[in-house]
Amino acid sequence: MVPLSWYLILAAALFSIGLFGVLSRRNAVAILLGIELMLNSVNINLAAFWRYGNVLDMAGQVFAIIVFAVAAAEVAVGLALVISVYRKRNTVIADDIDMMKW
Amino acid sequence: MTTEALIWLIPLPPVLAFFLIVLFTNKNKALSHGLAVGAAFLSWLGSMIVFVRALGVEHLGEHPFESSVNWLPIGDTWFRIGVLIDPTGAAVLFFVSITIFMIFLYSVGYQNFGQPQGGNDVKGLPPHGATVEEHGHKHVVPSVEPMYSRFFAFLGLFAFGMYVLVVSDNLLTFFVGWEIMGLCSYLLIGFWYAKPSARDAAVKAFMTTRIGDVFMLLGIAYLYSATGTLSFREIFTEETLQVLATTMTPVLGLSAAGLIGLLLFIGTVGKSAQFPLHVWLPDAMEGPTPVSAMIHAATMVSAGVYAVIRMFPLITADFTGHGLTTTMSIIAFIGAFTALFAATIAVAQNDIKRVLAYSTISQLGYMIAALGIGAYVAAAFHLITHAFFKALLFLGSGSVIHGMEHGVLHTGNHHVDPQNMFNMGGLRRKMPITFWTFLIGGFALSGFPLITAGFWSKDEILADAFGHGHLWVFGTLAIAAFLTAFYTMRQITLTFLGEPRTKEAEHAQETPWTMTVPLIILSIFAIGYGWVGIPEHFPGLGGLVPNWFHEFVGGTLAEHPEALAFNWIPLITSLTVALGGLFFGWLVYRNVNSVSEDKLQIPLLKNKYYFDEAYDFLFVKPAYWVAETLVSRWMDQGLIDGILHIFGPVTDKIGSFIRKYIDLLIVNEAVGDGSYKVTWWFGRNLRTVQTGRIQQYLMFALFVFMLVGAALYFYFRYFRQLA
Repeated sequence: MVPLSWYLILAAALFSIGLFGVLSRRNAVAILLGIELMLNSVNINLAAFWRYGNVLDMAGQVFAIIVFAVAAAEVAVGLALVISVYRKRNTVIADDIDMMKW
Repeated sequence: MTTEALIWLIPLPPVLAFFLIVLFTNKNKALSHGLAVGAAFLSWLGSMIVFVRALGVEHLGEHPFESSVNWLPIGDTWFRIGVLIDPTGAAVLFFVSITIFMIFLYSVGYQNFGQPQGGNDVKGLPPHGATVEEHGHKHVVPSVEPMYSRFFAFLGLFAFGMYVLVVSDNLLTFFVGWEIMGLCSYLLIGFWYAKPSARDAAVKAFMTTRIGDVFMLLGIAYLYSATGTLSFREIFTEETLQVLATTMTPVLGLSAAGLIGLLLFIGTVGKSAQFPLHVWLPDAMEGPTPVSAMIHAATMVSAGVYAVIRMFPLITADFTGHGLTTTMSIIAFIGAFTALFAATIAVAQNDIKRVLAYSTISQLGYMIAALGIGAYVAAAFHLITHAFFKALLFLGSGSVIHGMEHGVLHTGNHHVDPQNMFNMGGLRRKMPITFWTFLIGGFALSGFPLITAGFWSKDEILADAFGHGHLWVFGTLAIAAFLTAFYTMRQITLTFLGEPRTKEAEHAQETPWTMTVPLIILSIFAIGYGWVGIPEHFPGLGGLVPNWFHEFVGGTLAEHPEALAFNWIPLITSLTVALGGLFFGWLVYRNVNSVSEDKLQIPLLKNKYYFDEAYDFLFVKPAYWVAETLVSRWMDQGLIDGILHIFGPVTDKIGSFIRKYIDLLIVNEAVGDGSYKVTWWFGRNLRTVQTGRIQQYLMFALFVFMLVGAALYFYFRYFRQLA
């Protein structure tokens, strides 16, 4: 059986890729994609720990499903906001959306 | 009703009258005086029944009427108050009730009841007279006193005080009655309070008697602490007196009995106007004349002498029969001195009431001197006869003044003083009843031989003084008796004899029956009361009538005083001074028509030996100085205000300091402005991080997350080993 560490390494790598995407991409949609990656890396962690821990305890799986649900809701709201900003300002570049500064 | 119950009731009617008049009937003059006179009558009736019953009791001295009730709880026991009528008490009750009743009746006429209201009369001033129109022409008649009801209310309270005092069986209620009279004398002397002189006289009387009262209270307190009781009967037991007589005190080498007696006597000095506290009594003439009679005959001054008579067993507790004790010597000296000294002043007075005032002081001196030499019965006898003839004389003088005021109203010349004897003369024809009664009173005062009461009582005092070898007292009193007869005759001559010296005297008028009837009744006593005390061994008359008074009153004392052997010397002295004084008084003054012809207007006597001035200089001025200069200016304004004025600047300085260095500097600058500045600075400098760029925020978050994660990692790695 594949050792737990492999899963964790995969999850950490995926999380780092997602984080890098969030911090480096200028496009707001790409940032949302990075966030999805980070969330799913966490889901890998949850599933792996469930599989390698007490299998009868369903908390890990349940938590992962809740994360899916939240992620779906978040993407829906996030994309709606992006579309709304695009309609107003004709851009989806995060650096240009800076009205909330001092 | 038992006699004891009756004695309890005697003081009540006048005080009930007082409250009823004050609370309900003061608008109605007739009802007010009806209540007061009725109350006086009831008290008189009760007193007479008690007196008659007292006569019927054998050995009343040993078994007096007494009854007492628990009053104040003190510790485990009660302070008991009650009534006591022994022979002396009964005799005093007799004259007190009669004189009070007569004075009440007289007041109705004196305050012009039934006359119209005066147009210009104001409360607090004597009535000025009213103008009435009759048969087409106007004339002025006396007007009724504006505060008529109030006068009777006060009289009632006064009578209550006296009755309480007479029937008391203990010194405490005795003192209560004593002080009620002190208050009433103040109220009544100052009755015409709008007159400054009356106001001053009232204050003077109150203050002067207060000096004596303080000492009396000290005496009572000492007596109570020494014996644990204030009841007369309990104090005057042989054992208690023996203890008091043998206990020595550090004061003047007196025994406890002597010291207590002396302290109580000082109270009498104030109340009975003895030297040196005599100054209030002549000024007390500012009150209406019935008040003068009330104070100087029936009640207040008699109360003073009565106090000494009551305390006689105590005062003489360490008296062995030969050689007076210190206390008795002091009493005898003050009495004899006052008798002579006041008589000399009376000679030069021109105000008809002031002559009587000084004569009262002088006569009281007689009684005090008699008590000082141990002549108990003689003093009590003179107290009673004096009360009768002095009440008569005062009421008579009031009648004269009233008649003169009538003359003044008739002529309209208000500059004529209706009390000055040099404005009178020849009044015997205008006011015959007043004249004859006044003559009887005057002769009784002078001690006119055989018929008048004053002769018998005065003679007894002189005989006692002579018989017991107190020759200096005898001599002093004899000279005083001569002067008494002299100034009395001067008064009668100037007032009634000769021809009228002013128009006002010509138009004087006899007074109404309410005034003359009391005069007539009192003059009967001024003559007749002497006959109950004729000494047994008196040549010719002695033994015809038993010496009832001596037997009866003497029975009060545990040791019955013996009747004195007869001696011609005091009798001849007394005859000589009385008749000589009367004769000289007539001889000198029968042709005197004005003040300038009077040879005896010596400034020293006229100004009463400058006692008022001396007291003013010695006591009043220093008191003012202490109040105005020492206390007010120096202590109050200087010291206390000075200290207070220091507080002001000092607190001002402290306040400015706090404001400058704490409030402004620390609170305002450092805390107030400082916190604002710091916040402002931080905000100013931190706002640059608010770039509005989401990725920069996320970078911050990552950075902080890594920092915190590293910190947690090291924390758990090195300090807390996870299980």
